[in-house]
Amino acid sequence: MRASFYPKTRSTPPVKGALPVLLPYRSPQATQLSLHEKLFNGWTVLALMLGFAWIMVQQVWAQSGAAQQASVPDILLKWTPVLLKGFGFNVLISILSMAIGTVLGVGLGILQVSPVTATRRTAWLITQFFRNSPWLVLLFYCILLIPFEISVFGLDIPFPGWVKAVIGLSLPVMAYMSEYMRGAILSIPSGQWESADSLGFTRGQTMREVILPQTVKRLAPSWMNLYAVLTMATPLVSIVGVSDVMTLTRSALAAESRVDLLIPMYLYILSWFFIYCYPISRLTVRLERKFAVKL
Amino acid sequence: MTWTPDQPIVSIHNVQKSFGALEVLKGISMDIMKGEVICIIGPSGSGKSTLIRCINALNDIQGGSITVEGQEVHDDNLDQLELRKKVGMVFQQYNLFPHKTALQNVMMAPLKVLKQNRADVEQRARALLKKVRLEGKENNYPGELSGGQQQRVAIARSLAMNPDVMLFDEVTAALDPETVKEVLVTIKDLAAEGMTCILVTHEMGFARELADHIYFTDKGVIVEHGPPATFFDNAQDPRTREFLSQVL
Ligand SMILES: Nc1ncnc2c1ncn2[C@@H]1O[C@H](COP(=O)(O)OP(=O)(O)OP(=O)(O)O)[C@@H](O)[C@H]1O
Ligand SMILES: [Mg+2]
Repeated sequence: MRASFYPKTRSTPPVKGALPVLLPYRSPQATQLSLHEKLFNGWTVLALMLGFAWIMVQQVWAQSGAAQQASVPDILLKWTPVLLKGFGFNVLISILSMAIGTVLGVGLGILQVSPVTATRRTAWLITQFFRNSPWLVLLFYCILLIPFEISVFGLDIPFPGWVKAVIGLSLPVMAYMSEYMRGAILSIPSGQWESADSLGFTRGQTMREVILPQTVKRLAPSWMNLYAVLTMATPLVSIVGVSDVMTLTRSALAAESRVDLLIPMYLYILSWFFIYCYPISRLTVRLERKFAVKL
Repeated sequence: MTWTPDQPIVSIHNVQKSFGALEVLKGISMDIMKGEVICIIGPSGSGKSTLIRCINALNDIQGGSITVEGQEVHDDNLDQLELRKKVGMVFQQYNLFPHKTALQNVMMAPLKVLKQNRADVEQRARALLKKVRLEGKENNYPGELSGGQQQRVAIARSLAMNPDVMLFDEVTAALDPETVKEVLVTIKDLAAEGMTCILVTHEMGFARELADHIYFTDKGVIVEHGPPATFFDNAQDPRTREFLSQVL
């Protein structure tokens, strides 16, 4: 076997004739929702949480006897434009981190199956390091280590806090992507490599034309899931001083200085994240099921 | 040394191959002339696949030599691409690219590897699909084709590189009995056109009908070989006779 051609891995090489096992098997019945699945989906959970919050707020109200003050919904409405901007910033951060992390992670994942041992090991080490570091610690490191400005050929490129935060969040995304990528590449049957090899494709051509296009489908569910997780992690940036939706929420609460606002306001923000992420996770599940059947 | 058609197109001399401590080929020799059809038969695990994979350098060898058109295959300075252009290979599991249509599968290597002109390649690819009797299936994905159809696309895909020698490794072993025939007919057409074919097969009827020469391998050596008539009706070695009595 032309050793340099085939993907390398620390685990055992693909077994000749083994079927690619991609995704956990789901029984066909699972696609038929049972009654309790129909009742307890994400939306009913959200409704329940809102109802629960409402009851709590009522109690706080009753205790503080603040009936003559502006109503909670009015205040929420008043702050909505400001908070939405903050939330938009979270979304922006998540999209940028995801984009950077994906590009780096795909590259790193490909290096993880490199025929060159040193390359493979290094890529593996980088992946493991960032995959097993707490996201918040990575964020702190990026905020502290990256200078606020970098000069390239006399050109000063500023690095404001939020850009550093984007970089900080893209590192774990990169590491997860790298692992997904490695798994996806190794899940492609070895016959694909052999037939490409016998047709005269170089290793690079095989990767580009044959292997990578086939990994896309396999990666899609994990990739989307990772994005949802990343989005939910974006409030971390408020801890390192970036004015995201959490920072703004805190300011709003400080400005109003009302105890009874605390729960509804945070719940309000929570519901935004939920409404943004829940459809993504539903879609992920749908894709997983679809590919599980098809492949 | 330049190769001329009166010399063997594929010459295998005393080839040894091991996987670690496991000796799989223990000194195999055979000469194949241009236009010949060779069938390699033998029990499972006797090294048939390994042998034909050595011919196009999918496997390396530990000893001996293999030349294709006078060119040593297991030479560190070998121009891989030159070899790939000369030798086409078809696998038991078809190994089509599932994300490409039948036509794209056939067009890919000439386009990307040989960098040929797209219009010419497409015209040739369509002609090849027609030749393997798959007209009308150009835009189907492998998943939408039957096993026999996929295998014929795989044959067309190999032919698109204009090889001088074709290797077939049990190409009908994964097929339904009904579809075996359509693939065999395709190979027969090829052989009739003068393509040099090296087949590993369990289709004894086919081997008898089509082969110019039959090799029987067991435990990494060639036990017996000869033209089909002598081989099937007058086998000398007891191992051959036992094998034939089981498969015929
Ligand atoms: N990549 C490999 N690594 C280690 N051992 C191998 C490898 N490929 C084949 N072998 C071993 O080499 C021996 C010959 O295998 P080969 O596939 O050539 O047999 P075969 O004659 O084609 O059998 P079959 O008729 O079942 O296809 C077997 O014992 C097999 O286990
Ligand atoms: Mg075999």
